[in-house]
Amino acid sequence: METPHVRMRGVTRVYPTETGSLHALGPVDLDLRKGEFFAVVGPSGCGKSTLLEMIAALAPPSEGAVEFEGKPIGASVPDGVGVVFQENACFPWLNVADNITFGLRRQPLAKDEIARRLDYALTLMGLTDFAAAYPAQLSGGMRQRVCIARTLVTQPRLILLDEPFGALDQQTRLLMGDELLNLWRATGATVLLITHALDEAAMLADRVAVMSSRPGRIIEIIETGWPRDRDSRIVSDPAFGAVTGRLWTLLRDQSLNALGPAH
Amino acid sequence: MSRSLPWAPVALIVLLLVLWQGAFLLAGPDALAAPLQTIAYLAQQLTTPEFQQHIAATGTAFLIALLIAIAGGLLIGLMLGLSRTATEVAEPLLLAGNSIPKIALYPIVLLLFGIGLSAKVAFGALHGIIPVAIFTMSACRNIAPVLLKSAAVMRLSRADRIRSILLPAALPDIVTGVRMGFSLTLIGTVLGEMFGSQSGLGYLLMTAIGLQNTQVIMAVTLLLVAFAATVSTALLAYERRLRSRY
Repeated sequence: METPHVRMRGVTRVYPTETGSLHALGPVDLDLRKGEFFAVVGPSGCGKSTLLEMIAALAPPSEGAVEFEGKPIGASVPDGVGVVFQENACFPWLNVADNITFGLRRQPLAKDEIARRLDYALTLMGLTDFAAAYPAQLSGGMRQRVCIARTLVTQPRLILLDEPFGALDQQTRLLMGDELLNLWRATGATVLLITHALDEAAMLADRVAVMSSRPGRIIEIIETGWPRDRDSRIVSDPAFGAVTGRLWTLLRDQSLNALGPAH
Repeated sequence: MSRSLPWAPVALIVLLLVLWQGAFLLAGPDALAAPLQTIAYLAQQLTTPEFQQHIAATGTAFLIALLIAIAGGLLIGLMLGLSRTATEVAEPLLLAGNSIPKIALYPIVLLLFGIGLSAKVAFGALHGIIPVAIFTMSACRNIAPVLLKSAAVMRLSRADRIRSILLPAALPDIVTGVRMGFSLTLIGTVLGEMFGSQSGLGYLLMTAIGLQNTQVIMAVTLLLVAFAATVSTALLAYERRLRSRY
């Protein structure tokens, strides 16, 4: 069997607190297949973002092992991994083009190669007319495109997305979802999407992991079975309703738990 | 705001001149000099080598003091801002230091540096360094965590992270600190000249007070006010332009 692109075994996260410790996550076992679109949904506070941060080496696991391409993840982000965050991560002092090439300019790349990748990313993300604009002049959706483009130009083999559309309105989210699918098909990268939106996970992913309330564990992984050339119009497919319904059935009790005992 | 009311600063200056003229009419020529007379006197004084030497003395001391205040404040602010523990320990100390009337320290400054340029510079820098340090420190602490996470994801070295993320992200707050530091350094330098110096605008003010020379007092004050207001306004405009992007 093929080595999983990302492999997590017995991963937990325990935070020290004033009164002792807080078991936030795990143990989690998870394999991501190379080139798949994988989504993780779960109730608030279940540690799904922590899961992503462990793969990005932004937070060390308390126990267990995380591997990317067969190598254990150490103290810094492995080469070939790109991350897009929920918050606006654009650098406000740089224009769109300089934001996108920020990471590239720190790599041993020829100027024309940087320019070529920038053009490609601007075109793919519909930002060509905004190359000289500053982030403050852009809408939230456009800023998120800049962040995606900034990740894209580094040609990552694994793209980690931490609720990237959480701050956007529903229509923009559906359209950004389409762009994400295009990007995934164009790059062939493995995508891990953390989201609280069941419909987003159901529409975009090949597989969706459902997590329990804290301490977060993976309670089930659902295969959506969508074709590779899908887009947001899939939301009107009856099968889409079945997938979201299945996700909600699994998540409902967990979300009630997370909400607290009064319910 | 200044864009929608381009005449507002001019109107304000005219209003101040009118108030000044009113105060002159009320208080009489023994206490105050009239605005036009003062402006004319200042213009004439600016051409004399003696006055120019005083300006040069103050200017030199002020520039050195400001450079020390900005460089020192940035360094202290960055060093403290980079560590949460250091911030927690240093912040109350810095704030306390900021509220000390610095003039109380002046005898010690004079003992350490003697009368002359170094005492003026030390006293000016002493005033300016704390606001620059405080604003730099809090700017480093308040940087959006997602920007630091992005830097980590792009595998920036520590030096690159400070130079390419931290400093530009903190720039608007640093400019605020520099603006405050600018005014306070000027105050400190002139104060230093008033009490322990034989040259400069502060010295000129002090001797004029002794001679009850209203014209000189008013002319020097006008020059200092005009300089401080101009630079401060320019810094504020720069700061606003920066902040509109952040």
